[in-house]
Amino acid sequence: MAKIVTDVVCPFCGTLCDDLEVKVTDDDKQILEVYNACVIGTEKFLHSQAKDRLKVPMKQDEEGNWSEVSINEAVEYTAQMLAKAKKPLMYGWSSTNCEAQSIGGEIAELCGAVVDNTATVCHGTTLIAVQDVGVPSCTLGEVKNRADRIIFWGCNPAHAHPRHMSRYSIFPRGFFTGKGHKARKMIVVDPRTTDTAKMADIHMQLEQGRDYELLSALRVALRGAPLPEKVAGIPRETIIDAAETLKSGRFVVIFFGMGVTQSLSKNHNIDIAIMLTKDLNEHTKAAIMPMRGHYNVTGSGEVLGWQFGYPFSVDLSRGFARYNPGDSSSNDLLRRDEVDAVFVLGSDPGAHFPISSVKKIANLPSVCVDPHYTPTTAVCKLHMPVAFVGVEVGGCTYRMDAVPIHARKVVDAPEGMLTDEEFLKMVLKRIKEIKGVA
Amino acid sequence: METVTLTIKKQPDLRLEAEKITPDAFAGKSAAEIADLPVFEGRETAKLGTYFDVAGKGGATAAETKIVIKGDASRVKYIGMKMTAGEVLIEGSADMYAGAWMEGGKLVVKGDVDAFAGTGMKGGIFEIGGNAGNYLGAAYRGDWRGMQGGTIRVKGNAGSDIGYFMNGGTIIVEGDADVHVATHAEGGTIIIKGNGKSKIGGQMVKGDIYVFGTIDVMMPGFVYRKDVDLEVDGTRATFALYEGDMGERHGKRKGEVIYGKIYQKY
Repeated sequence: MAKIVTDVVCPFCGTLCDDLEVKVTDDDKQILEVYNACVIGTEKFLHSQAKDRLKVPMKQDEEGNWSEVSINEAVEYTAQMLAKAKKPLMYGWSSTNCEAQSIGGEIAELCGAVVDNTATVCHGTTLIAVQDVGVPSCTLGEVKNRADRIIFWGCNPAHAHPRHMSRYSIFPRGFFTGKGHKARKMIVVDPRTTDTAKMADIHMQLEQGRDYELLSALRVALRGAPLPEKVAGIPRETIIDAAETLKSGRFVVIFFGMGVTQSLSKNHNIDIAIMLTKDLNEHTKAAIMPMRGHYNVTGSGEVLGWQFGYPFSVDLSRGFARYNPGDSSSNDLLRRDEVDAVFVLGSDPGAHFPISSVKKIANLPSVCVDPHYTPTTAVCKLHMPVAFVGVEVGGCTYRMDAVPIHARKVVDAPEGMLTDEEFLKMVLKRIKEIKGVA
Repeated sequence: METVTLTIKKQPDLRLEAEKITPDAFAGKSAAEIADLPVFEGRETAKLGTYFDVAGKGGATAAETKIVIKGDASRVKYIGMKMTAGEVLIEGSADMYAGAWMEGGKLVVKGDVDAFAGTGMKGGIFEIGGNAGNYLGAAYRGDWRGMQGGTIRVKGNAGSDIGYFMNGGTIIVEGDADVHVATHAEGGTIIIKGNGKSKIGGQMVKGDIYVFGTIDVMMPGFVYRKDVDLEVDGTRATFALYEGDMGERHGKRKGEVIYGKIYQKY
């Protein structure tokens, strides 16, 4: 017989869908089916059942040969590496729970490390802009119940956040949005005709890298000042039409993704998008929200925020927290040879960093804590496999609108498998012994 | 004026943080006392003398102290940080934050400087013989007060985000500048003698930008007003005057709206 676990939270993207149902065997050992999730979420659950899953730590010797080591040896190597380094980099944190993140922060403080999360290559620029000019935001529940003007700027939720539009932003019938998508106007700004763009009422297909100019033009249009004939390849009339569409709404929400955060102008794009939101509040109600990627990258920012006052790229090497992306951000540190050890947990820089940075990781003492085989585990000196957070262990996670949601455990982890939190606690204990602090 | 000569003898494995290399910290100290000042490499604290040979001694005050740095200091951060008087001459290049929050005196770098040079600068003269990195004369993260006074002159090119949140002082770039000049500026002057790129003066409230060469794309919020004859840093020419950013808030003086100004040379 099998049983159904209900109200399961999906540990894939920042939408953090909390209505999944998972069919598991009676002995809580195996997942049989996943209901309500998107294909990516389903795959995340089913992948934990892979037959070839790594269950013991593997260490690479100088010739590049891998051999199995015990958990104690893995803890010892990690603790010695972090305790000895002059400036270790502790990167990742976005695919784990807040409990593990907070232990990671404790280790970083003790070792004078730089602790950075995946925002550094995705929404870090958003966080910079928020610090510069503030942010008028809201929750996804408000979007569902109130929003009638939706902008997707430089993002493609149809593929990256598959249930975002059906659960919150476009299709649902909310308390004040009873007609669902029929009462909503959808504007997509993207140089490509994505599957999201195909659904839009207005698709502004702008020139690559001219988001800043277009956002500025929308602000100019809102103020009724003169505009050039074309901005970013978009005719003046379309821009004025879009501005009027926004003004006529009851509640405007701008969702934006890495198409604006990581293209030319970076933080300035978000800065001016926030200013556009502020301007819109003079006419109607408006909010702005980043489409966060990893299911708990927001949580990592929150945890680092309450621990050290900054959401990412926190440099603790001098004993106090410093933050200056461009100096204390992972890729800049690796590029400039400013770190001498790398610890990765809950992320895959091997797949997402520039190859020059990955080469640097390969040449340094390095540890990767990850349930999967990834490009990062291939270049790190030690691969420590752990239980899947959100599948085999629960914990606190934050949705993209900074609402904390408790992830549920669905099945047991393979026997003897540690969780991120347990492994970090063992490393912390050993580091305290090495450093002679109680 | 007394001169202290620092000659680099050991390059750091990582990068060196040496905010003590200022006339203010060296004033009234002997060579041995200067060599004893703390510097930081990662989480380890070391002495300045571990990395530099120190010769000469500091003057009685910062204003009477000159520091000469010989050798490659391109891995040394924070040189001349918060200096208030005196002189620092770097014969090679310097790393990030050279002259950051500088308040007075003269800082000369013959080579290049990396990012964040002259961050939040308040006064003094800062000359860069080579190229400058990004965020020259900008605000520190989260601060709304960028460069507030003093003069920065770059003989080569400058990176992006120069004069971010600037509200005073002058930056002269004799070469080209990358994107985002004077974004969010509320005052100050930037002169680019080479070419500018796009996104010049975005979200600008007040201040003056002079561009001698080309601008790829003018921000949509800038409106052409008129031609003006001006003398800018020794060059007499006719400039097209644009005012903006029309999408941004602007204050009034004597009933007239004050805009940011971009002057482009014909």
